[in-house]
Amino acid sequence: MNNGDMVNVDGRDIRIEGERNLLELIRKAHIELPTFCYHSDLSVYGACRLCIVDIDGMGVVTSCSTPPKAGMVVRTNTAPLRQMRRMYLELLLANHHQGCATCVKSDRCKLQELAVRMGVTEVRFQTKLEAKPLDTSNPSLVRDPNKCILCGDCVRACEEIQGVGAIDFAYRGAATTVAPAFGKTLSEVACVYCGLCASVCPTGAITPRPQIDRVWQALSDERKTVVVQIAPAVRVALGEMFGLEAGVVTTGKMVAALKMLGFDKVFDTSFAADLTVLEETTEFLGRKTRGERLPQFTSCCPAWVKYAEQFCPELLPNLSSCRSPQQMFGSLAKATLPDTLGIEREDLFVVSIMPCTAKKFEAQRPEFQAGGHPDVDAVLTTQEFGRMIKQAGIQFNQLTPESLDLPLGFKTGAGVIFGVTGGVSEAVLRFAYEKLTGVKLDSADFAEVRGPQGVRIRQIKLGDVELKLAIVHGLKNARAVAEDVRAGKADYDFVEVMACPGGCIAGAGQPVSFEQDTRHRRTQGLYDTDKTLQLHASQENPYLAQCYSSTLDGIGGHRAHELLHTGYRSRKRVMDEGFSVLDPSGARALEINVCVGTGCYLRGSQRLLQQLVNYVKDQGLERTVDVRATFCFEACDKGPNVKIGEVVMHRCSFEMVRAELDKQLRQVAA
Amino acid sequence: MIQQKMDMEATGQAYRQARQAVRRRVIVCAGTGCVANGSLKVYEALRQETEARGLDVVVKLGDDCGCKSDVFLSKSGCQGFCQAGPLVTIEPEDWLYVHVKPEDVADIVEQTLIHDRPVKRLVYVDPASHEAFEQTHEIPFYKRQQRVVLGECGNIDPEDIREYIARGGYAAAKRAFTEMQPEQVCEEVLASGLRGRGGGGFPTGRKWALTLPEPGEKKFVICNGDEGDPGAFMDRSLMEGNPHRVLEGIMIAARAIGADEAYVYVRAEYPLAVQRIRKAVADAEEAGILGEDVFDSGRNMTCHVMEGAGAFVCGEETALMASIEGLRGMPRPKPPFPAQSGLWGKPTVINNVETLATVPLIIAEGSGHYRRLGTAGSPGTKTFAVTGHVANTGLIEVPFGTTLREIIFEIGGGVIDHLGQVMPDGFKAVQIGGPSGGCLTAEHLDMPLDFDSVKKIGAMVGSGGLVVMNRDTCMVKIAHFFMRFTQNESCGKCVPCREGTKQMLWLLEDIMEGRATAETLELLEELASAVQLGSLCGLGKTAPNPVLSTLRYFRSEYEAHIVQKRCPAGQCKALAMPEILADRCKGCGACLRKCPVNAIAGEKKMPHRIDAGTCIKCGTCAQVCRFDAIVGVN
Repeated sequence: MNNGDMVNVDGRDIRIEGERNLLELIRKAHIELPTFCYHSDLSVYGACRLCIVDIDGMGVVTSCSTPPKAGMVVRTNTAPLRQMRRMYLELLLANHHQGCATCVKSDRCKLQELAVRMGVTEVRFQTKLEAKPLDTSNPSLVRDPNKCILCGDCVRACEEIQGVGAIDFAYRGAATTVAPAFGKTLSEVACVYCGLCASVCPTGAITPRPQIDRVWQALSDERKTVVVQIAPAVRVALGEMFGLEAGVVTTGKMVAALKMLGFDKVFDTSFAADLTVLEETTEFLGRKTRGERLPQFTSCCPAWVKYAEQFCPELLPNLSSCRSPQQMFGSLAKATLPDTLGIEREDLFVVSIMPCTAKKFEAQRPEFQAGGHPDVDAVLTTQEFGRMIKQAGIQFNQLTPESLDLPLGFKTGAGVIFGVTGGVSEAVLRFAYEKLTGVKLDSADFAEVRGPQGVRIRQIKLGDVELKLAIVHGLKNARAVAEDVRAGKADYDFVEVMACPGGCIAGAGQPVSFEQDTRHRRTQGLYDTDKTLQLHASQENPYLAQCYSSTLDGIGGHRAHELLHTGYRSRKRVMDEGFSVLDPSGARALEINVCVGTGCYLRGSQRLLQQLVNYVKDQGLERTVDVRATFCFEACDKGPNVKIGEVVMHRCSFEMVRAELDKQLRQVAA
Repeated sequence: MIQQKMDMEATGQAYRQARQAVRRRVIVCAGTGCVANGSLKVYEALRQETEARGLDVVVKLGDDCGCKSDVFLSKSGCQGFCQAGPLVTIEPEDWLYVHVKPEDVADIVEQTLIHDRPVKRLVYVDPASHEAFEQTHEIPFYKRQQRVVLGECGNIDPEDIREYIARGGYAAAKRAFTEMQPEQVCEEVLASGLRGRGGGGFPTGRKWALTLPEPGEKKFVICNGDEGDPGAFMDRSLMEGNPHRVLEGIMIAARAIGADEAYVYVRAEYPLAVQRIRKAVADAEEAGILGEDVFDSGRNMTCHVMEGAGAFVCGEETALMASIEGLRGMPRPKPPFPAQSGLWGKPTVINNVETLATVPLIIAEGSGHYRRLGTAGSPGTKTFAVTGHVANTGLIEVPFGTTLREIIFEIGGGVIDHLGQVMPDGFKAVQIGGPSGGCLTAEHLDMPLDFDSVKKIGAMVGSGGLVVMNRDTCMVKIAHFFMRFTQNESCGKCVPCREGTKQMLWLLEDIMEGRATAETLELLEELASAVQLGSLCGLGKTAPNPVLSTLRYFRSEYEAHIVQKRCPAGQCKALAMPEILADRCKGCGACLRKCPVNAIAGEKKMPHRIDAGTCIKCGTCAQVCRFDAIVGVN
C-alpha cells in the first residue's frame, strides 16, 4: 500500500490534496474540529487553541497552523485534548458576559454551541468582569466588548478582506480589547459599516443595530401607511432562520408574512434595480460614446461608496451618479405613492428589508432626505425581519405564498441577480447589448462575469464594441483595482464593486451562517429565480416604461435625475479631535493643532510639538495659546502638518510655525 | 562615493603603540549598576584630580600618539561585580578598588598614580573571612569564573573601535568573509556545539545551516537584545561593554546564511546599550567594516538598530519580527519558521546577543579550542546574572558543568538574610531562567548545570537569570510574583495564556489569602498543564513553570497555606496570625500604644492579648516588642 501522500487521522488514512493545513484535511475525514479563529478566507491566527490535535513526534499542535505532511499520525480526540478544549472554553466563559438569555446572538452563538458540544457543564473559574461601554455610535453596528472572546476574526476580516482596518487590538494580556484607534467609536473612524466583522463574529460582540421597534411603532400607528421593499438577497436567505436550507427562495411566504405583520404594500427592491440598470447603463454608454471619464464604478453598494469617499476621493467622478436601488425605491415611493394611495407624504412610512448593515447608514445620509424626512424611514436586516416574524408567532413555513404588489413589486431577472457579485454587470450587459446592437438578446446569460474569484477581468464584445469589465468583491480587491485605475495601468470601461465577498447574498444583515457552502447555495437561489421569471432584461419591465413616462420625464430626464441620482464628497477617515498639551482649562485666543499621527510623527512632529510647547512656555503664552496634539489632517505625505488658527501648514519646521504664530499673535493683539 | 576603508592592521598597530606609551590605565566601570551608584562622578573627579596634580592624562588614545603619558583614563562596560561598585581598576597592576566614591579619588591619585602603591582601604575585603584582596583575579568572585565572552567587557573602551581592533577584533569576521565559505562557517559553529543562549538551547550552527540553503537573495540576521527577564542583565552588559563583539558575531552569522542586512533589536529600557550599539554600528560603517564590499569580499553588509517598546513578549522571535515590521508585537504560529519565512517573509536567523558575542571566539580560535570548556552536550561558558539573597550579586561567567554550590557559595559568597548578613544554612532555592524557568533546591546544589540537566528537572537555563532565595522566602509568593509578571506581559492573543495565566494568578491569590480548598490546588495543576501544553508561544508554554516547579519541590508549603491557613515563611500577610506569647510578654505596653487599630489590650505588667477580629496584621507590634513576645506576623 502506498501511503506516501497520506495522513493518518484517528486511524484512517486521508489523502493530501493540496490542503493548506491539517484542519482542512481533517474535515475530509468528516471531523469538524472546534474553532473560533479559523476562517478559510482569512490568514491563520492560531489563537483559540481549540483545533488542537496530537501528532506523533510533534505533540499537541493547532491543526489550523500545521501543514499536512505525508506519514503524519494525527489524533483528534484523546482524553487530554478533550480536557484542554473544555478548559479553554471554560476560561472563555469565565471572561464572558453571562447575559445569554437577552443576547441577540443567542440562537447562533458559537461560544454557546461549542460549550454545549464539548460538554462544558460548569465554569470553575472566577468571573470578575468590569462592564465596558457599548459602541452605539452609528446606525449600522453595535459593538459590545463585554461579549468579545478576542478571536480576532473581525480584525482580520476588516483588514485582510476590506482593507479598512477600522478595528484592531488594543492593550495587552488580560486587558486586551478590540477597538477602533485611540478609543474612538466606529462612527469616528474609517468604518464603512459593511458589517463583515459582525458576520464573522462567533459571539454577540458585534451585531447589526436593530430598528425593529421603530417599525413596530409605525405599524401600530393608524395614521401611517407602511410600505416595504425587499432586497433581492433576502429571499434566498430568510428561510435559514426557519430551518430551511440556504438558497431556498421564499418570496411568496415573505409577502404573506409581511401582510400579516401589517404592512400595507409589499414591493420589491428588484424593481428599483431594474431602474438602476437603465439609468446606470445610459450613464455608462453616454460616457463611453462621449469619451468621458471611464471606467465607471458602480454605486449600488453603500459600503463601497463610503469607502471610495474616504480612500479614493480622486475617483469620485468615476462613480456612477445613480443612487442605489434602495434609495431609488425610496425617492420614487415618496414621490409617487402618496398620490396613488391618496395619503399625505408624511404619512407614508417606507421600510426596506436588506441583507446589509451599510444600508442603514445609507438611508440616513443627508442626500437622501427630503424636507427633513428620509426617503427610506427604516431599514431592517434579514435577521430582524426573521425576528419580527418570530415575535409575531407566525409559522413561516406554513404560510401560503402571496404575490407582490404592483407596480413597484414587478421585476425582471436582471433586477434579482443584483444581489450577487457579477449580477450588476450582467444586468447592465443585458441592456447595453440591445442599446449597442439594436438586436434583442437570444440568451440573457453572460455567464463569464459570474464566479467566486475576488477580481474578475472580462472582455465582452457587444456588436462592434468591446468592453473591458472588472468585477470585484471585497474592498481590498476594489482598492487594488482603483489604484491601478488611478495609476493609469488599467483600461477598464466598467467596474462593479460589492463590499461583501460573494455580494449582497453574503451581507452582514443575512442570517448568521458558519457553514462552508452557504454563499454558493444563496447565489444559486438568485440565479434560479432569474431563470424562473419571464423577463430577464430590465428594459423589458413594462412598469418601468410606465414609470418613466408618468413620473420621470424619460430615461435621463430632469425628474429622473432629481429622484434617481446623487453626488459624492470626499470624507475624512478620522474625525479630528485632539487634546491640549498644556493645561487645558480656560479659553484661549489662539489654537495650534500639531498632528501626531504616524506619518507626521515619523517626519518629526513630536519634536516640533515639544519645541512649540517650550516656546509657548518661554514666551509666557500659556494663557493665550492652546497647543493641541491632534490626529490626521489626511495630508500624510506632506507632514508634519500644523494648523494655527485657521491656517493649515504643511512640511512644517519649527521656524515656520513660530513665524506664523508670531504673525497671528500680532493680529490678535491688534 | 568610494569609501576610504580603515586599514585594520595599521590601526591596531598604532593603537597598541599608543597604549604602550602610557604608563598606567585607570578604568572606571560605567556599567548601569556602577553608574547608578555614582561611577561617572568618580570618573569626573579622577579627571579633575589628575589634572590638578599635574599628571599627563589622556582620555582617548590618539592614533599618532608616540608621546608618553602618565595615565590613560577610560570607562568600561560592566565589570560584573555590581555588588561592590563603583569599581575602579588599575592596569597593569590589576588592582581593583571597590565602593569608590569621589572623595576617594585624591587618595587614588596620590598613592597609586603618583606613588605606585595600592590604596589599601579601597581594596575588596571578603565579608566572611575578612581577607583583603588587592588584585582582581585573586578575589573569590572572579577567581572561580572563566570570563571568556565577558572577558573584555570590564576593561575595553566600548566606544573606541580601535581598541577592539587592536585586540584582534573583526579578524574573525574578516576570515569568515574572505577565507571561508558559508558552509564552512556553519560547520565550524556546529562543530563547536554552541547552543542558543536565549533560552531554548537550540544548536546555533544547525539553525544557520537550515537557513543557508533557503532560496532567495534576501535574508536577514536579527540580534535579539530584548532581554526582559526580571533580574537578568547579561545581554545588556555585553551590548554596553563590548558592542563590537556583538556586531562581529552578527557579521559572521550573516556570512554564514548569506544575508546582507541585519537588525539589532534592543529594548528601549536599555538606553546605554542602544547608544553604544548605535555608535558601534556608526563607527564600523565609517571604518568601512560595514557597508559595501566588506573586507574586499564583494559582499555588502548593513546593520540597523531598532528599539523595542517595552513588551516582554517581543523577545519571542515571531513577535520580535512583527515588532520590527511595525506591527503589534504578537507571536504567530510556527511553522513557518523564521528560517523559511521570517522578517518580511524572508529567511531569517534570530540569535541572542550572548550567542552572537560567542561566535567570533569560535571562528578565531576554532571549534576544538572552544570545546575545551563546558560539558559535551553544552560546550563553552554561560553568563549568569546572580541576584537575590546572595552576598555578591553581579554578572558572572562560568563553564557549563559548574555546580550551583560553586556559583552561590564560592562566587556568590553565600546566602544572606534580609539585612545582608551571611546565613550559613540559609539556602532554600534558586530561580533559574526567570519567569519561564523553575526553581532548583538544595538537592540540586551539586548537580553540574547545563542545558539538559536543568531541563530534566523541570527548569531551564533560560537566558541566565539566577535569583537566590533564602529560607525566609515563601515559595507560593515567589510563584505568584513570576505569574503576575507573565500575566502582565502576555500579549493577549491565545486563550490559554491570556485567560489561563490570569486565572492561575487568581488561584494563587486564593491560596495566599486563605480562600483556597483542596480543589483549588487540583484546578491550578490542571490549568497549569493546559496552559503549558496549549499556548501559542514560548511565553505561555513556560509561564506555568514557576508554579509547577515550586509545587514539585515545595508542595507542603502550598498545603500549609491551604489546609492550615498558615504561611510557613510568614510572608503571606493575609494568613498571618499575630499572637503574644504570655511567658515572654512583660506587659510593657509598647505594642498597645503603637497598634494603629487598638487591637491590643492588657493590664500593665500583665501579658497582653491581640483581638484577632480587629487586628489588621500590619506587624507594628512585633516590630516594637523588645522581648520577641509577638509571633506569627512579620
